Amino acid sequence: MGRTLAEKVWDDHVVRRAEGEPDLLFIDLHLLHEVTSPQAFDGLRKAGRTVRRTDLTIATEDHNTPTLDIDKPIADPVSRTQLETLRKNCADFGVRLHPLGDVEQGVVHVVGPQLGLTQPGTTVVCGDSHTSTHGAFGALAFGIGTSQVEHVLATQTLPMAPFKTMAVTVNGELPEDVTAKDLILAVIARIGTGGGQGYVIEYRGEAIEKLSMEARMTICNMSIEAGARAGMIAPDETTFAYVQGREHAPRGAEWDEAVAYWKTLRTDEDAVFDHEVVIDATELAPFVTWGTNPGQGAPLSATVPEPASFADESRRLAAEQALEYMGLRPGQPLREVGVDTVFVGSCTNGRIEDLRSAAAVLDGRTVAEGVRMLVVPGSVRVALQAVEEGLDKVFTAAGAEWRHAGCSMCLGMNPDQLSPGERAASTSNRNFEGRQGKGGRTHLVSPQVAAATAVVGRLASPADLSDVTEPAAV
Amino acid sequence: MEAFTTHTGRAVPLRRSNVDTDQIIPAHWLKKVTRDGFEDGLFEAWRKDPDFVLNQSAYKGATVLVAGPDFGTGSSREHAVWALQNYGFKAVISSRFADIFRGNSLKNGLLTVLLPQETVDALWKLTEADPTTPVTVDLVERKVVAAGIEAEFELDENARWRLLEGLDDISLTLKNEDAIVAYEASRASFKPRTQAA
Repeated sequence: MGRTLAEKVWDDHVVRRAEGEPDLLFIDLHLLHEVTSPQAFDGLRKAGRTVRRTDLTIATEDHNTPTLDIDKPIADPVSRTQLETLRKNCADFGVRLHPLGDVEQGVVHVVGPQLGLTQPGTTVVCGDSHTSTHGAFGALAFGIGTSQVEHVLATQTLPMAPFKTMAVTVNGELPEDVTAKDLILAVIARIGTGGGQGYVIEYRGEAIEKLSMEARMTICNMSIEAGARAGMIAPDETTFAYVQGREHAPRGAEWDEAVAYWKTLRTDEDAVFDHEVVIDATELAPFVTWGTNPGQGAPLSATVPEPASFADESRRLAAEQALEYMGLRPGQPLREVGVDTVFVGSCTNGRIEDLRSAAAVLDGRTVAEGVRMLVVPGSVRVALQAVEEGLDKVFTAAGAEWRHAGCSMCLGMNPDQLSPGERAASTSNRNFEGRQGKGGRTHLVSPQVAAATAVVGRLASPADLSDVTEPAAV
Repeated sequence: MEAFTTHTGRAVPLRRSNVDTDQIIPAHWLKKVTRDGFEDGLFEAWRKDPDFVLNQSAYKGATVLVAGPDFGTGSSREHAVWALQNYGFKAVISSRFADIFRGNSLKNGLLTVLLPQETVDALWKLTEADPTTPVTVDLVERKVVAAGIEAEFELDENARWRLLEGLDDISLTLKNEDAIVAYEASRASFKPRTQAA
């Protein structure tokens, strides 16, 4: 029987297979950041161990880093200690680090691909659940915990329990105003936050094949929000073109050898997935979340659902709790929900194409009165590119704040946070209670919807902008 | 890692689904560089509500958490496991766990017990009616026992063995040094490197 893409990449990394034991997998690339690594390095020290493969390991600073005044000492002493700890650990163990202020610094999942380190057919891990992002290249990429970070540092391998395979096939073409973010939010709403549990999802079909690499990263990034172990997309010419010429991409004869291998990384025609989901791209529309988990979403044109409409008791209870937290009432049109803050950024939507599409909507328009908009590029390289294209000027002219690269308000570990009760439209990945700041309320949206929302002051898509004549309701 | 064989304690009914790791331990706690001292951050936002189940004196000192489906979703932060353990929990029961959380738990000796929702419902009713009722989580026999409830649970044999013995994964893996070296020798030269070895 044929094998799926995920099974092929897995099989190519088995160091040891034994009956009744998890497979021991080799890890090609280990990404580190300041939050989930200190206890792992501590463990190495206590056991007298070293980092086995410093040549397959790279670190950057992203979660804690401020997005303003980065030339000044970090105000929060605990954040500062964590960054200093990473710097010391990388120096002590010989790990390459791109710290705050470095031109290669940025959100770890933006940095790996842009350096050309994320390649098809590799295994990628990081102590961060959004490691699934790298699956866009046909890599098998998992988020791991700190014990596993220590395990990979010490052994460059991980014992991994077997997975199940799921195909999410997206047929047809996405309508013009529908983005990768809308698509993945719709997928999660369909299968639920636990629907992917135990599975590696392969996204396939015409709509996926037509996506750019950056859009594919947005899709794979949010696989974890459906509970999946990983998300993958088979590498193709789009993938090869993205990787070619990057700093760590293979060159010369090695490039040809690599591409020949990468072309084998497709699910065989006779392979069987454990589960299949089929989506009609042509039926999709701009999508936003109304609740407190990423599966609680609906088309922007819809209304806030009635909890009683959920047949399942736990979903009904979750909807009730979510609406109470979000301060929304059943039946309220989503387009009437006013926001205080708009955040464009994160490993989900902080790449150059995301900034371009937000800027295109904002160009010549202004952010609504009383709304603050933060634009946080995913990396310093993304920021430099945006400046070169003049996007920063578009944002600031519209009244948005143009910030320094980092995770920022996606999780509010740095000073960029929502206040209690404050409502945001955010291009990030999680609308959990308090995720963006204690008591903050988050609606997950695409960059286009974020920008249109900033202009209108209520949840909106670019299509709503032609008739902005009255000030936003508060 | 501390071994887990069997544990008997009082249980807390947490009637919530989709308890994500941001709820278990909010991000601002993640700036700490140790594995301890997270107990005050556990369910921090919910604990501000005096009616929250962990604030009810009847459940003080409970060591088993009985939660709704999709427990531990979201962030991979192992701090969520440390916070539960620092607070005093030895086991968590749910009808579905997020993969990364479950993996993290097993590596720290926090037992995650997968039971059908009907059994979780029964445990909720039981522990709400009588907060003092003992609940036993027995990894040797692979079952949960409480008044009127006896439920077997699955856990793969390898994970169970490592928990029962309290084994350190890294030491186990390093026994395969020869296999790792052999794999490394056969890796394609076009694979990326972050720096010279």
